Amino acid sequence: MKVVGKPRRRVDGRAKVSGQTRFADDIVLPRMLHLKLLRSAHAHALIESIDAARARAHPGVHLVLTGTDFPIPFGILPITQDEYPLAPEHVRYVGDPVAAVVARDEQTAAEALDLIDVRYRPLETIATAEEALEKPEPRLHAYSESGNIHRLQAFQFGDAEAAIAASDHVFEDLFFYEGNTHLPIEQHACVAALDADGKLTLWSSTQVPHYVHRSLARVLRLPASQIRVIATPNGGGFGGKCDVCNHEMVAAKAAVVLGRPVKICLTREEVFYMHRGRHPVLMKFRTGVTKDGKLTGMHLQTLVDGGAYGSYGVASTFYTGALQTVTYELPRYQFEAARVFTNKPPCGPKRGHGTPQPRFGQEIQLDKIAERLGKDPAELRLGMLAKPNSLTANWLKIGSIGLEQCIRDVVARSGWKEKHGKLSEGRGVGLACGSYLCGAGLPIYWNKMPQSGVQLLLDRSGQVTVFCGATEIGQGSDDVLAAIVAEVLGIDPGDVRCVTGDTGITPVDLGSYSSRVTVMMGNAAIQAAEKLKAMLGEAAAEQLEVAPDRLAFANGHVSFDGRSLAFAEAVALAEEKFGTLGAVGSYKPPRAPGKYKGAGVGPSPAYSYTACVVEAQVDAHTGWITIPKIWIAHDIGRTINPVLARGQVEGSVYMGLSEALMEEQAFRRLPAKLSRALVHKIPSLLEYKSITSLDMPVVETVLIEDPDPNCPFGAKEVGQGPLLPVVPAVANAIYDAVGVRIDEVPITPDKVMRALELKAAGKPARVGPDHFPAVPYPASLIVPPPWEGGDGNAVRSTAP
Amino acid sequence: MRILRRHIGRRAQARAPFAQPRGPAYSTQNSLDTKQMPRHAHLLLCVNGESVEASFAPYKTLLEVLREDLALTGTKHGCELGECGACAVLIDGEPQLSCLVLALQCEGRSVQTVEGLARGAELHPLQAAFADLGAAQCGYCTPGILLTAKALLEREPQPSRERITEAISGNLCRCTGYQQIVEAIEEAARRMSDESRR
Repeated sequence: MKVVGKPRRRVDGRAKVSGQTRFADDIVLPRMLHLKLLRSAHAHALIESIDAARARAHPGVHLVLTGTDFPIPFGILPITQDEYPLAPEHVRYVGDPVAAVVARDEQTAAEALDLIDVRYRPLETIATAEEALEKPEPRLHAYSESGNIHRLQAFQFGDAEAAIAASDHVFEDLFFYEGNTHLPIEQHACVAALDADGKLTLWSSTQVPHYVHRSLARVLRLPASQIRVIATPNGGGFGGKCDVCNHEMVAAKAAVVLGRPVKICLTREEVFYMHRGRHPVLMKFRTGVTKDGKLTGMHLQTLVDGGAYGSYGVASTFYTGALQTVTYELPRYQFEAARVFTNKPPCGPKRGHGTPQPRFGQEIQLDKIAERLGKDPAELRLGMLAKPNSLTANWLKIGSIGLEQCIRDVVARSGWKEKHGKLSEGRGVGLACGSYLCGAGLPIYWNKMPQSGVQLLLDRSGQVTVFCGATEIGQGSDDVLAAIVAEVLGIDPGDVRCVTGDTGITPVDLGSYSSRVTVMMGNAAIQAAEKLKAMLGEAAAEQLEVAPDRLAFANGHVSFDGRSLAFAEAVALAEEKFGTLGAVGSYKPPRAPGKYKGAGVGPSPAYSYTACVVEAQVDAHTGWITIPKIWIAHDIGRTINPVLARGQVEGSVYMGLSEALMEEQAFRRLPAKLSRALVHKIPSLLEYKSITSLDMPVVETVLIEDPDPNCPFGAKEVGQGPLLPVVPAVANAIYDAVGVRIDEVPITPDKVMRALELKAAGKPARVGPDHFPAVPYPASLIVPPPWEGGDGNAVRSTAP
Repeated sequence: MRILRRHIGRRAQARAPFAQPRGPAYSTQNSLDTKQMPRHAHLLLCVNGESVEASFAPYKTLLEVLREDLALTGTKHGCELGECGACAVLIDGEPQLSCLVLALQCEGRSVQTVEGLARGAELHPLQAAFADLGAAQCGYCTPGILLTAKALLEREPQPSRERITEAISGNLCRCTGYQQIVEAIEEAARRMSDESRR
């Protein structure tokens, strides 16, 4: 291959280093007005009245909108349409938008916000998941399953409890993963405007222009064909720009009402409150193992703190259990989950979407199992790996698995065998693995259409333009698109012009989430490019007097045995023969074998695998943790551009390490005189700690290539999976260093100190959750695994 | 009193987030009378080696004047509170956070932004190395880091890895994990010293 696998400057690299990438807030249009949102200072309240007369009279103010202007709710999932662009009567978290001002400039709009008189009737706030279980009232949402329990899920894939009971060893552990947020450096921004022909265009820093498009049509009651959503390159997303946002709806409405462009850019504080980040999850793992280290069954219970709205939460909750089966062989599996509503900013998808939390628990528990069985943690894992081309207990179809090679690679490079359990006190190594989706098998709303479409145009100049709805969020989707087209057509990626993320002119791609873009867009791009290649080949073959299948497309030429045409010549010949040249390609994932209700979350065309070793140094006097080095190996299937792929791995390691050691989306109650509202402890970039260049260890990355037949050139995902093993590997390294278990995230020096004090006092040297509350999980859906005679359907449900 | 954009965050922190003031903060009379609007300052700035005349409200930050009045949107913002480093520019060769500098303070001083890095169509070696080596993923923190790195390489043409990580420690990047950024700065230093030896 000429392009795939070769290190290259990304196609949009020049724009990014010259300040020419145009982000949403860089857009300035003539007569543009500015929007600010008035947000609730109450965590939970009913709105009694809103008087906006003074704001409307404020010079420079063009429009004031309130909840009555938006009668239709929205939500990213069809089953949770629970948010309004502006809350009409009920605010559910500090930061919930209640009114909006459009004015000549941002400052005037901000002044006018203070002139809006909102009278609230405060309600009791639900601060934690346990409180949500205990207090059905005041209820956040009428549609919840009961009280403040948003959603309950329960599945039994074989009788896991019986398998556990019959095991040589049973392990029961509790873990807690605190919420954290995406923190993209670009604050969310959008500009809405009516075109000269009266159609609405919204430029937005969104990862999902197609879903925003659909929501705008519903909420504004406009024909979707009259709306165009353009995803501007995102200044970082990580899942934080995957939701449809209040400010997008309000800006679009204002532009429609006023007939003028309207812009909003959120403040950093607003970005913290908009959130949609990692769910805090409490977990209970009951796992049975044989004495030689095979898993017999697992019973996982999760309690998921959803915050104030649905967002992606139902899917996030499924994901706290759905992927537990794709890494290691697990014959029987029971999974019960509950998501609850609390009066905090809504949680949603963040890199790894619902899976880093159980991954943290499982990989620490495996470390504990290895120790009890007297086995090396790497050997234990190698002995229980899931098998390639197999079905899991919960009916997921696994293709290629490069995990064995990943583990052997990090073990060898890190000197694991010489280090684990053998370094001096205070120093240790930890190992963990992970696996992730290469795109969710099903779209967010039910339909049978492609999940990614690509259109390709060629003209006689040799110009190649590719159109795709995929969204560039920094991960390099434009580069992957150009590289794949270039590889098939035998040209340079720099010769391909990418037009992406524009619902007005590009075929639908569902968006940059669930690590789906390389696989889905890539397959669609290959299909489109192959069609054109066939036409070019036919025309060139006539000219060169050779059979079409003997032609080589490479280096900008179509050639056979010394006879050759420049690419543009071949295009001109094909245009003569076939007329104007264009082709489309599309992709839909294969049908998943699971047929039970709930089987829609978890299937993917392929799964990526990662193994990681972390070395840690812990100061026994201060609890301070330093991480000198991390070794990681990721099964990427096939690397499209190694420069970008390595960047995705290192970026994932960075984010995982930052979550492991410091990031927290934590809340506190204000004192009574300030309404006892539930506010973010640290809503600033300075105080919400994240790793800087000074804290970042050396990361040594190896990409393992085990090509997957479902993927373009075999290429699997690389943007999310490598985060997963990092967090538990840190915890395991700390245990190896000082012999204390920190079973919750973040792992901060004060927790290490507390555990060291317990250890010194002869008590169990562990800090972590100590009880799992009674959750009213429903009867489990009984789905026999493939090896117990199942056909992918549920047979019945039974009381737990 | 006029409320500056920069004050908004700080005011919010002084009370509950998003809380409104108890009484009316602004009477509709005094803050809105256009006669009392601050007169625009008019001054000569030197930006990227060019003299530009700019007319702007005197409370505007350099960041705002660059982006809004001079259409130099290559300079980014992530917080407007001096926390993220995205808005770093060079003022008389020194990296400064343009969100914390009043444009008025820049009269007679030389300001360099990312738009002034390339020589004509040719990228600066730092820009080229960043593009080649994956140092820009989303590219949002990139302009601030490029200018911070340029100031470093001008002071120290061959900095150690420690000096590089120290120099960019005030620039937050969420995409890269910093490693490819550090390598790109090292590579640019090599390319620049090769060029100067030639």
